[in-house]
Amino acid sequence: MLLIPCPWCGPRDEAEFHYGGQAHVAYPDDPAALSDEEWARYLFFRDNPKGRFAERWSHAAGCRRWFTLTRDTSTNTFTNTSAAPEVTA
Amino acid sequence: MTSRRRDGHPAHAGEALRFRYDGRDYEGRAGDTLAAALLANGVRVVTRSAGLDRPRGVYAAWTEEPNALVQIEKPFPEPMLQATTVELYDGLVATGLRGRGRLADRPDPARYDACHAHCDVLVVGAGPAGLAAASAAAASGARVILADDRPAAGGSLPDTGETVDGVPGARWAAGVLAELAERPEARVLTCTSVFGHYDDNYLVAVERRGEAAASRERIWRIRARRVVLATGAHERPIAFAGNDLPGVMLAGAARAYANRYGVLAGRRAVVFTANDSAYEAARDLAAAGIEIAAVIDARTTVPARLEPGAFPGHVFAGPVLPGHVVTGVGAGPDGSVASVTVSAFSGSGLSGSGLSGEREIEADLLLVSGGWNPVVHLFSQSGGALRFDDGLGAFLPGVSVQPVEAVGAARGVFTLAGCLEDGAAAGARAAEAAGFPAPQRPVPTVIPATVAAGRTAATPPVTPPATPSATPSATLSATPPATPPMALWLVPADDYGTHFVDLQREVTVADVMRATGSGLRSVEHVKRYTTAGTAHDQGKLSGVLTSAIVAHATGVEIGDLGTTTFRAPYVPVSFAALAGRDRGALHDPVRVTSLHSWHVAHGALFENVGQWKRPWYYPRPGEDMDTAVLRECAAVRDGAGAMDASTLGKIDVQGPDAGEFLDRLYTNMMSTLKVGAVRYGVMCRADGMVFDDGTVMRLADDRFLATTTTGNAAAVLDWMEEWLQTEWPSLRVSLTSVTEHWATVALAGPRSREVLAGLAPGLAVDAASFPFMTWRDAEVAGLAARVCRISFSGELAYEINVTAWDGLALWEAVMGTGAVTPYGTETMHVLRAEKGYPIIGQDTDGTVTPADLGMDWIVSKKKADFVGRRSFSRPDTSRPDRKHLVGLLPDDPGLRLPEGAQIVAVSPLPEPPVRALGHVTSSYRSAALGRTFALALVAGGRDRIGERLYVPLGPPGDDPVPVTVTGPVLYDPEGARRDG
Amino acid sequence: MAERVSPLAGFEPVSAEGLRIAEVPFLTQVNLRADPESPAAAALGDALGVPLPAEPGTWARGDADVLWLGPDEWLVVGPPGGAAELESRLRKAAGEARVGVTDVSAQRTTVLVGGSRSRDLLAHGCALDLHPRMFGPGRCAQTSLARAQVVLAAREGGEFAVLVRSSFAAYLWAWLLDAAAEYL
Repeated sequence: MLLIPCPWCGPRDEAEFHYGGQAHVAYPDDPAALSDEEWARYLFFRDNPKGRFAERWSHAAGCRRWFTLTRDTSTNTFTNTSAAPEVTA
Repeated sequence: MTSRRRDGHPAHAGEALRFRYDGRDYEGRAGDTLAAALLANGVRVVTRSAGLDRPRGVYAAWTEEPNALVQIEKPFPEPMLQATTVELYDGLVATGLRGRGRLADRPDPARYDACHAHCDVLVVGAGPAGLAAASAAAASGARVILADDRPAAGGSLPDTGETVDGVPGARWAAGVLAELAERPEARVLTCTSVFGHYDDNYLVAVERRGEAAASRERIWRIRARRVVLATGAHERPIAFAGNDLPGVMLAGAARAYANRYGVLAGRRAVVFTANDSAYEAARDLAAAGIEIAAVIDARTTVPARLEPGAFPGHVFAGPVLPGHVVTGVGAGPDGSVASVTVSAFSGSGLSGSGLSGEREIEADLLLVSGGWNPVVHLFSQSGGALRFDDGLGAFLPGVSVQPVEAVGAARGVFTLAGCLEDGAAAGARAAEAAGFPAPQRPVPTVIPATVAAGRTAATPPVTPPATPSATPSATLSATPPATPPMALWLVPADDYGTHFVDLQREVTVADVMRATGSGLRSVEHVKRYTTAGTAHDQGKLSGVLTSAIVAHATGVEIGDLGTTTFRAPYVPVSFAALAGRDRGALHDPVRVTSLHSWHVAHGALFENVGQWKRPWYYPRPGEDMDTAVLRECAAVRDGAGAMDASTLGKIDVQGPDAGEFLDRLYTNMMSTLKVGAVRYGVMCRADGMVFDDGTVMRLADDRFLATTTTGNAAAVLDWMEEWLQTEWPSLRVSLTSVTEHWATVALAGPRSREVLAGLAPGLAVDAASFPFMTWRDAEVAGLAARVCRISFSGELAYEINVTAWDGLALWEAVMGTGAVTPYGTETMHVLRAEKGYPIIGQDTDGTVTPADLGMDWIVSKKKADFVGRRSFSRPDTSRPDRKHLVGLLPDDPGLRLPEGAQIVAVSPLPEPPVRALGHVTSSYRSAALGRTFALALVAGGRDRIGERLYVPLGPPGDDPVPVTVTGPVLYDPEGARRDG
Repeated sequence: MAERVSPLAGFEPVSAEGLRIAEVPFLTQVNLRADPESPAAAALGDALGVPLPAEPGTWARGDADVLWLGPDEWLVVGPPGGAAELESRLRKAAGEARVGVTDVSAQRTTVLVGGSRSRDLLAHGCALDLHPRMFGPGRCAQTSLARAQVVLAAREGGEFAVLVRSSFAAYLWAWLLDAAAEYL
């Protein structure tokens, strides 16, 4: 049971959160301008690194806020907690 | 039956308990384990092995026991428990277990529960190191939890009889517990096995609280800032021929039975060792009255300090034979040890060529000590690395990745003084790291006592201070050990067929060599190939031994080879304990609406929709489901019916940008909706697949109320929040769930207008004043209500919303008119299906677009973008042969197709493979149509309308059932009934 | 005309040495959304007689209890029957400023758990650290209790207000009683 640092509520059990996948995958400004391949890349392709990975979480059973943090996928240690508005930056 | 109990041992002061084992009655003492009581009664053969039918006895004295598995029969059946950990109680009935156990044939009446706990320092293990750690940490004022799997603290102290601070170890341990009990921030959990160590120092334990407690077992979920693992060490076996027979036992186990329980495991023992600790065991056993027939030491040098002559008053009956090994075991009539064959041993290698001078020694007990394996399970689970220590011949904790530290024997410190010092230092360190500097305190001392409890006066002191004991300590001792241990894993032989590695799984050295011989190199692969280490004990004794033999056989260093992965649970945990309170009625939350009591009182049967209980139908006396549903359907089509629709999700969307926000999420336009109006909408995922549908009311310029399907209420709110917060934070919108603030009564049928008019005299209900897809605030039955004119049945219909507090009053008023039939979800489903309205999640499955549903009309052509739009022009979503939602009419109008049935184009079925065109998603009997019908997703379905297709239903060989494809709307396709 | 009915109507309160469990029905509850840095937030605080708590996980008592739910979200809890007045008071205080005000009075009901064993009871199903040092009076949290989501607020004397969604109330009540068996 990971202890996930919600930027607002502090560390809480993993069970209170929803996972939002890779961070910084912004919704395209103009999807209609994208080729099918570019759109498919947005829809279906995500990184899956061993090591540091910026990812999104939502404190679903708590303050309901989305935020981004970096997790080392091999050790489950978190760094760089930031609140939601930075997600798409 | 002669007793094997030591005269005058304090353990025998306990109450006499009667128990029955394998059909015979015995007597034990309170405080005995079942194993101790069986040994005390001279029971040597406890059961037989599952595969080879070999006799099995007690091998160990605690959770590492591989052999003595029992089935508890009374008071409540429980399979596969270790006799060495079952606490004896009066009336216990058990049998030896061979192979699989037997589950109870009735529900367990006991309560099981769980508790969360938080602490600054968790200490696992209440042996000398753990007690010293807990005591030091608690002195700082830190919150400390000390958990130990035994009923009493002390760890190995009662087994060895050692003294601390001048008193017997057990008494010292009790004193530490008493001290901890005085500290308000300390908690001691006895009979509690910490069985899992997870991320962020989250540890899970099971507490066995007993039959009299409020819960029989309790799961503790512990979050600790720091963890001190004082989990001790397991003595390890040596593989030799016949090492599985009853009477072969770990030396430390025999010592524990003699000292802790006052029980003699045999009369005449041969001790087989490769380290010094077995000499201490032999000395204690000799003092207890077991004749030591010989000490067989594989090392060529006998530790002078521990020679028999060093023990005043005790001389072993037989010789100490250095440079010897046990090469065989002779069995008596009952299959247990009657003699031991020993040989001189020189050289190494795996063949028996280095053996000579064989001799046979009469004995009924063969005590084995191959050294000690620190219990590194939790440390390893925590992510910590292990390293192999050549001096100790054991795997030790290496670098940790969490705030966790192993102390004492768990990290290879094998002296009592060393453990006390190590524990105290670690406890203080952990408390300080958690923010609680610990005061300086004296470390408990190991003072020689002249008399130790449970031992004779002549017994010498065990471990003088500052003098290393049998095995070297890893770091604390500056003095070199008397005689280094030898890492003896197996006795070479020409035939390894009875050299058992895993006694429970009956895996022999020969089996392991067969695995390595066929090319396996990884110990993980060997484990899976041979099943070594996969039994109830998860290889506590066999795991490292397996690694060693694989290393031997493949010519690599064991430290390089490593161990198999240590996984939770450390000890077997019952499913009942894991389920805890989440069983029966509390298994999952049952969500009910404010009208629930009425539904129950009126005989509704309920359908589970997610966690909700929704009325399914309301059978009248004598009605089956079909009859009741046909009656309810007819009532709605011909008169008026009412359904509890409170479970629909409701989201209050407020803010100046609310319209824009909804435009981006729904496929159709919401910002153009007028205040007072309602619009149906569909939401898609970015991949273009339908995610949810519902209605949107505009309450004010800057306020909407969106409804969702029952099952998706939370998911839709999450979805909206995700887009709002992560993609469009500049939109001035806020979202609030009001699902349960409102109770909703759906009133449907041609007579619903007059019913509503009667209940709401102030509301103009005529079609012109209150048109379709509008809403009005009104007083209904004297209650403040919001009434929407929407329909999910094609009939004239309303949804009346009041606060949940008023829901029951509204419903009773509606029913009080006498003109309204209550209907349930099944009728709702039939009515909507007759109209071709899809249910998201039933007629769709995450691969269906609005176009697939024939709902192009819901997709805005004007909006520049909305979530999912781009995907509609992907090649895959614009294929002409996608599955479309269509209607199906079976040729046989009385046949209701099963939902999920596959659809094919030809009959009779050709040889496989047969292309499936799709499947039935909804299927009902229709009162309005006077026949059965179905909805289905069918490849290119809209181009097949009028075609005959087939549904294979019966057994192979039966012809598929013929059906005709229709459009999805089968009832009132013109929509004439909407206005009543 | 029938009376209004609370979700736990008909459930007997528990009162024992060391443990009390009782529903407090029909409380006024208004969900409030505002930018905490805005003048409107200050005005809303004035209207409530207490500044909107800015520290996450805290609540404050003014004319009503104001519970922090999120960085721009509060739950205002007052005595029964005051929703309409409270809603209009808040809207008036906000003026032209963009705030969200939603009556959610019937969305949740309130269960008070009090007595010396209250923390022990809640620890059976709540993963939060409820130690008085960590979760003393004035603290609140949205979290899970058993398998229900709740708003938990610590009051003086070891008493907790447990605000639970109405549809989960009967489940949570049954769970609380089962867990309380040990303390009754």
